[in-house]
Amino acid sequence: MAIRPEVVADVKSICASVKNEPSPLMIVLSTVQKKYGYIPLELQEVISAEMGIPVAEIYGVVTFYSFFSLEPKGKYVVGICLGTACYVKNSQAVIDKFQTLLGVKEGETTPDGLFTVEAVRCMGACALAPAMSVNGKVYSKVTPNDVDKIIAEYKSLEA
Amino acid sequence: MEKINVKIEGRVYSVDKNMTVLEAARSVGFNIPTLCYWNHGKNSLASCRVCLVEIRTARGGRLFASCVYPVADIPAEKGFEVLISSPMATAARKASVELLLSNHSKDCQTCVKNGQCELLEVAKVTGAEDNRFLGEKTPTTYDDVAPGIIRDTSKCILCGRCIERCKEAQGIGILGFERRGFKTIVAPAANRSFAKVPCLQCGQCINVCPTGALSEKREITKVDAAMAAGKKVIVQVAPAVRAALAEEFGYKIGELNATGKMVAALHRLGFYRVFDVNFGADLTIMEEATELLHRIKNKGVLPQITSCSPGWINYMEYFYSDLIPNVSTCKSPHEMQGAITKSYFAKKHDLDPKDLFVVSVMPCTAKKYEAKRPQNAAVEHLPDVDAVITTRELAAMIKRAGILFRELPEEEFDDDLLGEYTGAGVIFGVTGGVMEAALRTAYHALTGKEYGPIEFHEVRGFKSVRDAEIDIDGTKVKVAVASGMAEAHVLLDEIRAGKSPYAFIEIMCCPGGCINGGGQPFVKPSLKPEEGADILETYRQKRADILYGIDERKTIRQSHNNPDIKRLYEDFLGEPCSELSEELLHTSYVSDRPCFPED
Repeated sequence: MAIRPEVVADVKSICASVKNEPSPLMIVLSTVQKKYGYIPLELQEVISAEMGIPVAEIYGVVTFYSFFSLEPKGKYVVGICLGTACYVKNSQAVIDKFQTLLGVKEGETTPDGLFTVEAVRCMGACALAPAMSVNGKVYSKVTPNDVDKIIAEYKSLEA
Repeated sequence: MEKINVKIEGRVYSVDKNMTVLEAARSVGFNIPTLCYWNHGKNSLASCRVCLVEIRTARGGRLFASCVYPVADIPAEKGFEVLISSPMATAARKASVELLLSNHSKDCQTCVKNGQCELLEVAKVTGAEDNRFLGEKTPTTYDDVAPGIIRDTSKCILCGRCIERCKEAQGIGILGFERRGFKTIVAPAANRSFAKVPCLQCGQCINVCPTGALSEKREITKVDAAMAAGKKVIVQVAPAVRAALAEEFGYKIGELNATGKMVAALHRLGFYRVFDVNFGADLTIMEEATELLHRIKNKGVLPQITSCSPGWINYMEYFYSDLIPNVSTCKSPHEMQGAITKSYFAKKHDLDPKDLFVVSVMPCTAKKYEAKRPQNAAVEHLPDVDAVITTRELAAMIKRAGILFRELPEEEFDDDLLGEYTGAGVIFGVTGGVMEAALRTAYHALTGKEYGPIEFHEVRGFKSVRDAEIDIDGTKVKVAVASGMAEAHVLLDEIRAGKSPYAFIEIMCCPGGCINGGGQPFVKPSLKPEEGADILETYRQKRADILYGIDERKTIRQSHNNPDIKRLYEDFLGEPCSELSEELLHTSYVSDRPCFPED
């Protein structure tokens, strides 16, 4: 897959802007992840050449942290908490419902590119269990019955 | 060195304060088993947990990795102590190994590292039991696509030695840990094949791998097939092989110049002719020194850089192909010799080159790649060299044939057109050797005289980058020698910046040169109890001493005085860098070779 030249140029400038930071790689990766939604191997090669860090090492970091993604994520990233508190409050049923209604498995993105379903570990919102978030917006005490409403909310934004 | 008292197994010892518990224990006579530990812990990740000991402090007895635990933290005066053989420590080390085994392929009988596996050794030492932990295994990858190196993650214990070695020796970092937890593997980025990343095929990673996860791609079956097909199989052996081959047969490192026994073994293996690549090395010097003098005389591109090391050529094509005009067009010695075998030798004996099969025995895994380059097929588009086996593979062939190496007499290389070699050829196997050999001949070419002392000690040694100013009858020539691309690239950056003061540069990919190549016998301290504790610092010098010793005892020590070389030029080639020489002995390079080729 060819990366557009303007993206390559942008990633190069991101690398240049953090060269003097103490651990520049994490900053570059998180900036690229946030801006483009994923960090494909081709961009890791660009980052490697710019920063003098082996691609194997960068790939290792990208595949270690679940925050980073090798594949494009959907426009709306649905994160359902499977931490202990949420899990005992049956958040598994919530994630199951999302998977059924959207027709994708955990970690996958819908073919229309709208939704990515992710299991996340404790969001620190245990009092709101079961908790989930969509692009950072937190939903509390979610039940499987709320799921179609939440999906509809975002689908309506696209209409 | 400041000392500290440490209590180990009930007795108090005075040890250096900056030691780890492992080092302290070893210094007073306890060998705690290790796996990921390498090179005195310089690259230790403390990931294998095989060196666990019980350390008793005010908080009671707890398990720690001894390879990274500083003795400074546990002075005996505070009542702290180290227990190596307590039930807790013994059980923990055993369990660590059993856990490693539980995720291991365990096809030990057929493994290429059979007999040289450090995991098997620690399993023996710790008394590990099989099948204590059964269950799922990490998904594995088997990559045998690249010409020189095979990666089999089913045997990887995630020690990380290879990752560190690649960075330290070549400064590239082809390998890394990827993914997380149970799914972690060591791999090139995105688990690609070695053939799809800018890997030099140098094999330094193989030499440090404790198990069979990394190995050379063997070509013994190709040799077998050629013999079975009735081809005239001619073998040629690189200089560095004789410096290390004996290690495979129980000799101590540096103990035996294996030349005579090696030749005897090759005769017994049924090769049609047994030749020395030293002849090719002498030929390389004739061509390369002439090329250098042409460049100097005609104000050509300088510095000229040597081209014998295929790992270096790979590096150059991937990262410095703008320097192609600086790189000598000479093929490496074994390729030259292969081309001469299939032309001159074939013609003289009235043989069809198609019936010849040239096998090179090399200390090198990158040579396997080099032999497959389409640029190295001078005679009727036949490859100059048909198969390349490493020193280790030759040892395997000798063992398979039931040849009793230690009992063998000393025999001579076959004296048949390409037989004679000089001391200049033999030192090719060590860093600085090509430079020294070239200087001996260049000195003669420029002055008409032989260099008096013969040896150029200025270019010897193991410092990764060395330089010298050589006085050739009043003309000062600046030269440099480097090995290990992690350091050698400094010289290349200088050329790029237009600031290189040198006329001639020798570059070898492996640190120390071919004697330390990726196809040489393993130097694993834990498997070589007969060697000293400092063997990782001294083995290169010990091997180099063998080659310098051979050079010293040779009566002919300059390539241009090799009578067979003289005859080759008189009868066949004409003169160095003649049209025929260019056709047979010179090669070309690829610029901007893609580092990450698409499928």
